[in-house]
Amino acid sequence: MSVVDSLYVYGRFLTVSVRAQMQYRASFLMQLGGRLIVTAGEFAAILILFDRFGSLLEWNVYQVAFIYGIVNVSFAVADALTTGFDLFGDMVKTGDFDRLLLRPRSTALQLAGQELTLRRISRLTPGIVALIWASTGLDLHWTIPNAALLVASVIGGASLFASLIVFQATLAFWTTETLEMMNTVTYGGVETTQYPINIYRPWFRNFFTFGIPLATVSYFPALAIMGIPDPLGTPIWFQYVAPAIGVGVLVISLQVWRIGVRHYLSTGS
Amino acid sequence: MALVSYWAVISARFRSLLQYRSAALAGLVTQIVWGIIRVMIFQAFYSSTTTGQPMSGRDVETYIWLGQAFLAALPWNIDTDLRSLIRSGGIGYELVRPVDLHTYWMSRALAWRTAPMLMRSIPLLVFAFIVMGMAPPATVAAGAAFMISMCAAIVLSSAITTFLNVTMLWTITGDGITQLTFGLVLIFSGMLVPLPLFPDWSQPLINAMPFRGLVDTPYRLYLGHIPASDLPQHLAHQLFWILAFVVAGRIALSRALRRVVVQGG
Repeated sequence: MSVVDSLYVYGRFLTVSVRAQMQYRASFLMQLGGRLIVTAGEFAAILILFDRFGSLLEWNVYQVAFIYGIVNVSFAVADALTTGFDLFGDMVKTGDFDRLLLRPRSTALQLAGQELTLRRISRLTPGIVALIWASTGLDLHWTIPNAALLVASVIGGASLFASLIVFQATLAFWTTETLEMMNTVTYGGVETTQYPINIYRPWFRNFFTFGIPLATVSYFPALAIMGIPDPLGTPIWFQYVAPAIGVGVLVISLQVWRIGVRHYLSTGS
Repeated sequence: MALVSYWAVISARFRSLLQYRSAALAGLVTQIVWGIIRVMIFQAFYSSTTTGQPMSGRDVETYIWLGQAFLAALPWNIDTDLRSLIRSGGIGYELVRPVDLHTYWMSRALAWRTAPMLMRSIPLLVFAFIVMGMAPPATVAAGAAFMISMCAAIVLSSAITTFLNVTMLWTITGDGITQLTFGLVLIFSGMLVPLPLFPDWSQPLINAMPFRGLVDTPYRLYLGHIPASDLPQHLAHQLFWILAFVVAGRIALSRALRRVVVQGG
């Protein structure tokens, strides 16, 4: 199937999903408001702590807000586009996944278009607000390389978060249930990487830099855009190519997903 | 006689909730990781400042571990069993029981807030004491005051939960208002940032709200940050809000029952 065709089908999936959710408008609006309060609360926590402490090691509030913004926008994008993979464990248990296999489109595409939960997008709002607020406070120069690097960083971050969620779903092919433990890595990763990675102890920092490189795809590009030399001493060229790692991991995870589909044995129920 | 039946509700529900052990293990690991992340963030903030703070770094660490240990006691969701009863029409059976409905639902909520919390808190506290160097209560009196205030916190949480459950009679799902409430609870209870670290101008507002009774009040009694001798006035604040949510829940419930339509057949 061509890419254009895939995108068209994907767009149709999402439209149907959004229309379905708008049927319960009041409930939807309250959920949206609630989500907004929770995510805005996390950003408010950063502001409260800076109000109290003045600085976080060598970082000021705008720099941290910028990193927070990149990470949360990335996660919001990944989260909104992978709801279907979250539900995948249940689909294997009930046998509903069999229906997806019968349709003439790739299973990954169908799952990604399964449901675009609008309330998940609410996470975008504090992220975007933080990014705009930070860039006015930081007096950033939006040159073309800088703007491109910001977009690349969000794509890299979203790809990496998405690949974690795909990995977690893939495990269900063998275990028939999603491993809740993986959530710790994903959500813990959001919590961790919304602050500059150098504030953590080395073992922990290394886990999110080399093991699961969530910090790599957001923190290093952010440094390059803000024009700050890395306290950890990475070269500038690395800060520009770092987001590509996220896309690379996503490609690998989709390959592993295909192996999973080939090994899939229906539960038969 | 009536008390015996509510006690039976609590203990039956309690025992059924103790069955979910693997979920408890996954939750335990998550909360330990969460605690470690938050401790490191606060350590970094504390090492960035030389001026005196309203709370010491070590106290904040203990506050964080208490928060992780008793997380499950917060009013963060609604009773899904009750939701399916409301959806299926099974709620009709609830109405014919010879007990007061609000007290009955609150008994359920009490068990529901206590059982998962106990399962998680004990191993988590053991871990925090041995591995993470969490501090014991400041004094024996502080420990006792903490226990009393923590009990009030759980009752307050159950009263809020019951109120949220009652709102399902109007909204059927209850998701929206629960999300909203949980957002407020997270911020204004002290779960995200210990309340003494909030800006000074916001303190009177935060003190007036009910949410500090869930987290901040018992934990600061534990730390001796609130002296144990001040327990009565803080307990009075908690009891006031328990009463307020119970009264609001009862009024809302009786209003809803006047126009209830049992669905299903």
